[in-house]
Amino acid sequence: MPILEQWPALLKGAALTVGLTAAATFIGTLLAVSCAWSRVYGPLLFRWVAGAYVEAIRNTPFIIQLFFLFFGLPAAGVKLSPLTASVIAMVVNLGAYAAEIIRAGIEATPRGQIEAAQSLAMNHAQIFLRVILPPALKKVWPALVSQVTIVMLGSAVCGQISTEELSFATNLIQSRNFRAFEAYIIGTAMYLVLAIALRHFLTWFGRRFLFGR
Amino acid sequence: MIEFSLWDIFSNLLLAARWTVALSLVAFIGGGLIGLTLLVLRLTGKPVLVRSINTYTQIFQGTPLLMQLFLLYFGIGLLGIDTSAWVSASIALTLYTSAYLAEIWRGCVESIPRGQWEASKSLAMSFGQLLTHVILPQALKIAVPPTVGFLVQVVKGTALASVVGFVELTKAGGMIANVTFAPLLVYSCVALVYFALCFPISLYARFLERKLHVARR
Amino acid sequence: MSLAAEQTTANAPLATPHTNVGAPIVRITALRKSYGSNEVLKGIDLDVKRGEVIAIIGKSGSGKSTLLRCINGLEVFQEGSLTVDSKPLIHESAMAMRELRLRVGMIFQSFNLFPHLSVGRNVMLAPQLVKKKETQANTERARQLLDRVGLAEKFDAMPDQLSGGQQQRVAIARALAMDPAVLLCDEITSALDPELVGEVLRVVESLANEGMTLLMVTHEMNFARKVADRVIFMHQGRVHEAGSPEELFGNPQTAELKQFLSSLH
Repeated sequence: MPILEQWPALLKGAALTVGLTAAATFIGTLLAVSCAWSRVYGPLLFRWVAGAYVEAIRNTPFIIQLFFLFFGLPAAGVKLSPLTASVIAMVVNLGAYAAEIIRAGIEATPRGQIEAAQSLAMNHAQIFLRVILPPALKKVWPALVSQVTIVMLGSAVCGQISTEELSFATNLIQSRNFRAFEAYIIGTAMYLVLAIALRHFLTWFGRRFLFGR
Repeated sequence: MIEFSLWDIFSNLLLAARWTVALSLVAFIGGGLIGLTLLVLRLTGKPVLVRSINTYTQIFQGTPLLMQLFLLYFGIGLLGIDTSAWVSASIALTLYTSAYLAEIWRGCVESIPRGQWEASKSLAMSFGQLLTHVILPQALKIAVPPTVGFLVQVVKGTALASVVGFVELTKAGGMIANVTFAPLLVYSCVALVYFALCFPISLYARFLERKLHVARR
Repeated sequence: MSLAAEQTTANAPLATPHTNVGAPIVRITALRKSYGSNEVLKGIDLDVKRGEVIAIIGKSGSGKSTLLRCINGLEVFQEGSLTVDSKPLIHESAMAMRELRLRVGMIFQSFNLFPHLSVGRNVMLAPQLVKKKETQANTERARQLLDRVGLAEKFDAMPDQLSGGQQQRVAIARALAMDPAVLLCDEITSALDPELVGEVLRVVESLANEGMTLLMVTHEMNFARKVADRVIFMHQGRVHEAGSPEELFGNPQTAELKQFLSSLH
């Protein structure tokens, strides 16, 4: 099949998709934890800002967020490369969804855990980072893994601003050889493989490095 | 160059938003019907059906909606049928929605205690009676909040139909941005319209969720 | 041979007995606490001497747990004062709260072990974070304490692998690892199956015998009679009657205490 001869381009595209997802997951989770903290324990202003951010992102399409950053911001003098815009959009998107997921985990912390930590003279930061957060993350890890997968699949849209990820590579190939359906079948299959691999990897990663003994 | 007032931008976006709403409704209702069929077929427990439906949901949940749209768009064309963006987008979003709803509802059915099935069977009810009189009425109550919540995902999903050329809110936004040279303003307005569509649904889903929790306590 | 077995720590005292016997270590003066308009503590005065073991008894809702929780600042009170080791309880000051809580350990009805940490790490977490204790010394101390509560071999186990009684003994070791001057026990056997109560009470009794200052809210009257130096009966937010176990159980003065004691049988 002539499409398969294009595998270097497809692999390069897949690699960028993985790279984008990795960056978004790492930074997005940090953002999500700060947001979740703000919404549960933060001062009123923090709560309000974090809440507005989460609602704004969750109630608008990713493609609009991406277009806003890439096409909209230059009008305000902020010019972003396709790659930068893609990473920021993914971070911001994952951050909002993951914040809600992590918040649910944090709020499910039994009061007694916190009281025990208080009575051991631990301070707020210590209690949050060492007593509240780890079991909360463990509890919501499956939901986080799903969300990361959704963001990875959503990143296909980044091809629309010519970020050269997997969907972009697929589109490029089909425009060269006009065998659109075959190209998209293969591109889609690669996403499926990535999604399954990502889920297994993150589940394993959580068990091995985050919640091991 | 024609001057566009803020009102011009907004009124054009709102006109286009009708298509966003229409596509959402088609996908949600169509997806709901197919999803329900899939759910019932799955509940029969026939291994072939269960496996096929699992594969179906896994494919739709494991691949980008954007790619599904492209596949449908080019796939239907391959069959020799001249298709419009509207038809292919409707089909793609319907299938996508059906896979998610079937999965959400399966979770709801599975949260009904096993004892309910056993009790109904021991009362000699048929599979159909068991579903319509015992299981689905109970599952329905739990299923409403996440289903309403998923409607938000459908509305946002329709934005991708713009990529295959269907003129709905996002596509219209792009076109208006191009002629007005005011992309920041236009995309802000587009985002605002989406927010106005989605946020009330989100709030309603959350309200239903809370009500359900209170009722179950 | 294991490290823990080599060290003959089994007989070392858990808590260093304090030399200054007689001076009050906890001093509670005119303490009042309410939730909204509902006053649950209506002026409590209580001095606890070093090494004293105090049992607080009373019906549920009498304010006994609330009083205990006030002593390490888990509950905020509106009036009165409270000092531990002459450190005042000031809710607004993180420093003062830290100083106070370093001196007051607490054991809870529901154990409250940290579920994501092994038994050993549960014991070591606070000394590491709060006291910046060096890892090796911290580990040794944790092993020693776990050995004393009879759980040396559970160092690497996770809390959910333990029985309730074992979890509670770990919680005791965890509190002791901070070397508190006072230990608060809030109905620590109430969540346990009857057959597991004994193992926890034996540990508490050995602490009492070693001179640890203990304040315990308890429903185990026999245990209170056996171990306590002083029993306090709380009723409707007040100390209604107090005295030695012999006095209180043998010769109750007030009608309320008589009724409470007879309701137990």
